[in-house]
Amino acid sequence: MQIKVKYFAMLREQTGKKEEQINTDARNPLELYAELSKKYQLKADLKHLMVAINEKYATFDSSICDRDTVVFIPPVAGG
Amino acid sequence: MFTIAEEPIDIAAIRQKAGDDSVGGIAIFEGVVRNHNEGHGVQSLEYQAYSEMAEREGQVIMQETLEKFDIVTAFCQHRIGHLKIREMAVYIYVGSKHRREAFEACQYIINEVKKRVPIWKKEHYLKKPAEWVACHGCSHPH
Repeated sequence: MQIKVKYFAMLREQTGKKEEQINTDARNPLELYAELSKKYQLKADLKHLMVAINEKYATFDSSICDRDTVVFIPPVAGG
Repeated sequence: MFTIAEEPIDIAAIRQKAGDDSVGGIAIFEGVVRNHNEGHGVQSLEYQAYSEMAEREGQVIMQETLEKFDIVTAFCQHRIGHLKIREMAVYIYVGSKHRREAFEACQYIINEVKKRVPIWKKEHYLKKPAEWVACHGCSHPH
């Protein structure tokens, strides 16, 4: 299936990308992050990340479907 | 209403939009860029947002605030981009019949924005390389 991944903050710097379409067999964000982490040598520890699917917070074991947008959210720091 | 702005925050426009004849007290919070953090000199802050989700999540916070507190109106705008010292990063306006609820609601909004809204900031220091601030749920006073 094909999903869109958007990158922000340190993840944008580490991947060198704002977003990309990925063909993946990952069933959830946990598996997807493992795949991306290997591809880009991501340094962010999973326990410091949150995840959003289609603009809503989700859990790392939530199912992902074809054409979903997944965003791994580094520590937020608004204000 | 919660919005993300790429341009400097237009306070007069917000006050115009949020104004209401039944309001007797207005509490305002302005978050501005300061010149230091945790002992390091700061020269600027770079804000980035996942704008679509930030506005959606921010809107949820504003709705919660209207339900939790006896207030009339609430508005929050968060700036993104590269900001210099003293520039305003966030502006919150709460209007209520009486002041106590306005102060409490204002505090609630900034605390929740810091915890939940997908906005990031990179601190550009005077004497060391820039870093993304890492504080999920951090409650440092601004």
